[in-house]
Amino acid sequence: MIRLAFAFLLLTLAPARAQVPIEEVTSPGGITGWLVEEHSIPFVALEIRFRGGTSLDLPGKRGATNLMTGLLEEGAGDMDSRAYAEAKDELAASVGFDVFGDALTVSARFLTENMDPSVELVRVALEEPTFAADAIERVRGQVLAHLRSRKTDPNEIASDAIAEAAYGDHPYGSYDGGTIESVSGLTRDDIVTAWKNAIARDRVYVSAVGDITPEQFGEVIDTVLGGLHEEGGEYPGPVEYSADPGVSVVPFETPQSVARFGQPGMEIDNPDFFAAYIVNTIMGGSNFENRLFDEVREKRGLTYGIYTYLADSDYSDVLGGGFSSQNAVMGEAVSVVQDEWRKMSEDGITAEELEAAKTYLTGAYPLRFDGNGNIANILTSMQMDGYPIDYPETRNDKVRAVTLEEANRVASELFQPENLRFVVVGQPAELEPTVN
Amino acid sequence: MTRFLSACLAALAFAWPAAAQEVTDYTLDNGMQVVVIEDHRAPVVVHMVWYRAGAADEPPGKSGIAHFLEHLLFKATDDMESGELSRVVAENGGSDNAFTSQDYTAYFQRIAADRLELMMKMEADRMRDLRLNEGDIATERDVILEERAMRTENSPGALLNEQMQAALYMNHPYGIPVIGWRHEMEELGLEDAMGYYRKYYAPNNAILVVAGDVEPEEVKELARTYYGPLEPTEGLEARDRPKEPVQLAERRMTYEDPRVSQPYVVRSYIAPERNPDDQTEAAALIYLSEILGGNSATSVFGQALEFDQQVAVSTFAGYDALSLDLSSFRIGIVPAQGVSLTEAEAAMDAVLADFMEEGIDPEQFDRIKTRIRANDIYAQDSMRGLANRYGAALTSGLTIEDVQAWPEVLQSVTPEDVMAAAEKVLQRDNSVTGWLTGPDAEPTADEEAIQ
Repeated sequence: MIRLAFAFLLLTLAPARAQVPIEEVTSPGGITGWLVEEHSIPFVALEIRFRGGTSLDLPGKRGATNLMTGLLEEGAGDMDSRAYAEAKDELAASVGFDVFGDALTVSARFLTENMDPSVELVRVALEEPTFAADAIERVRGQVLAHLRSRKTDPNEIASDAIAEAAYGDHPYGSYDGGTIESVSGLTRDDIVTAWKNAIARDRVYVSAVGDITPEQFGEVIDTVLGGLHEEGGEYPGPVEYSADPGVSVVPFETPQSVARFGQPGMEIDNPDFFAAYIVNTIMGGSNFENRLFDEVREKRGLTYGIYTYLADSDYSDVLGGGFSSQNAVMGEAVSVVQDEWRKMSEDGITAEELEAAKTYLTGAYPLRFDGNGNIANILTSMQMDGYPIDYPETRNDKVRAVTLEEANRVASELFQPENLRFVVVGQPAELEPTVN
Repeated sequence: MTRFLSACLAALAFAWPAAAQEVTDYTLDNGMQVVVIEDHRAPVVVHMVWYRAGAADEPPGKSGIAHFLEHLLFKATDDMESGELSRVVAENGGSDNAFTSQDYTAYFQRIAADRLELMMKMEADRMRDLRLNEGDIATERDVILEERAMRTENSPGALLNEQMQAALYMNHPYGIPVIGWRHEMEELGLEDAMGYYRKYYAPNNAILVVAGDVEPEEVKELARTYYGPLEPTEGLEARDRPKEPVQLAERRMTYEDPRVSQPYVVRSYIAPERNPDDQTEAAALIYLSEILGGNSATSVFGQALEFDQQVAVSTFAGYDALSLDLSSFRIGIVPAQGVSLTEAEAAMDAVLADFMEEGIDPEQFDRIKTRIRANDIYAQDSMRGLANRYGAALTSGLTIEDVQAWPEVLQSVTPEDVMAAAEKVLQRDNSVTGWLTGPDAEPTADEEAIQ
């Protein structure tokens, strides 16, 4: 057998930084966007985000922004759903609209030679959606079917329960597709209001990657965004993560219980964020190599997958996670996670763990910039999060700068076993609920 | 349509560019096939090893062993500790994983291009020198049972699908789920895993696919160094699985589960797959699935059932062209509120009958052809997608020439080809129809009348 020589190979260096030549472009109309020119494949990925998303839903109108988003390609200008879909196919373009708690997103992909008519399709959907009565009823029917399915899906029940426990009446506290009652009650006026609130120039971020020049990108920006409303709706305020600590159980007949857990997180502009990010990676944030994966899956076989994440959303920050375990062993799995939380808080991480996490994070970062669509998406997120344009070149140095002392101070502050909340959906044996 | 747009559409003239990536292939002396796909846009490489062995190659009574072994390949070898491979990949900033289907098992890493040699060392090591112990078996068997619970038992739709596959394939092992039947998974042991491993994990049963910022000559040298010395399995016969008999009677089933709140009807028909030098029928079935169930605003099912009759909240048609043996063609309908499964199925069948009568709208056909061609350009954006395309095809009985001919085969399909394929495949004798329903499903029209 070949002798392996890992020790030697590990000495070679990973790419030092992401080599992505990002350019800021200001359109003739004065709107800025970020661009990466990549002319080897004759297509362009265009990514647009409008800050706010479903968190702009007005009281009693939960689900309005989501339903509105679903209607954007169901008729615009003088096209109905079918004409719009046919136009996309004829151009071999794809135009997709999506929405989540912090933003409404537009992802378009088109061949260079079809740039103008493809961009026109994006413009007309954003600027002149018709919200025709028959389209509203059809898409409402689809949303209601989806809402009915969620009611008996343990994963969805768990996500809803922990969101409500953490955020109550704030938009983050409920499913953003709405409820059967709220969606059934939405009128066309509600949908038009949601459109005016969500899609406006005072909250837009745009990027393009691919076979497009800065001049062309400037024109694209003005075409798509130039005619939109100046101002959108009012943003909601921040909200504290305030789930009571402990374990709650939602009884549900199913062979495998689903767990979600969480506690307050850390905001991205906190100087300790990189230390927190590293510590979370070691706990459960990387693909295979982390403490929870080792303890819950590899050593004990209690789950197929377990993860944690550090989410900095616009209105709140959370350190959360999830896994599924068959009913008989869910209690044991919850105890293992609680123990690991305590250990992290009390003992922190080792120097070896820190080094391993740094090499992983710094090596993995350049690999994210893979493909025009992915890069456009990252560029738009960076703008929305307020990152400087040279961030990809400096980010790895920030990871490397974290010391063991910093990491362990942050680990003890961030991981709060006394504030950790679990929601378990299923019929877990030997797991006593401690909160409602 | 806005004036500007229609003017542009009228002037459309596609000048289709040639494929950007270079593909090189060769075979090592021990029988291992090597495919290199160059993409120099970023200093990244995808390194994959595909085995021509999947769940459909398992011995009877050992369902799940192919997938179980895939998990066990991350344990110790003679030169690596348990978990070392993934740890080293992570320490080098890469990601790794593996997947198992009926026809193949594949392992991959995505990493900085200058780490390719390290990946090859480790992947070559675990091809022949796995060292399992009983502890690995006991714990990892619990993990795959958790995986089955998560993917299948916690999902009524997945349970129905499993029952339908078992009914669709009356003799071929595709009727057995890849994850395995629970009662057989619980009994899988060390010798079952090692028996499958020793037979199928060998260079003459493997394909190396390397995609990314690499030079073919350099990959060839590395492959010779690390995979070249591995011993092939002697006497490995071609995969010749039990064949389906002529199917004479359609099968129907209803799966009721309290966890279902949105019922639906789905039907699977036995369908041909892509075969070496014979891909036209499969290509026609791809068009058929797009025509019937592609975009709901333009598809036959969507237009009739969602837009005109408004009896469905969604409809679909699907077909997987890549398969070593017989594939399947699927259609389905999720009824609108107040529409029973009986009514929904009848409406879907009526639309299908009309379609067989009236044939294909030539404009819709041309739009689909354009989109399929453009997808080939968009596909060049994903190295991993391109690598998968070759790996999956070569483990499904196809050749590199077949993979490279496929875009042209797709472009040469005619509406007549599609109708002929539809006529052949959409036969109820070759099908299973499944209803997924909850206990408090909408009453049917008849039941309402009785109440």
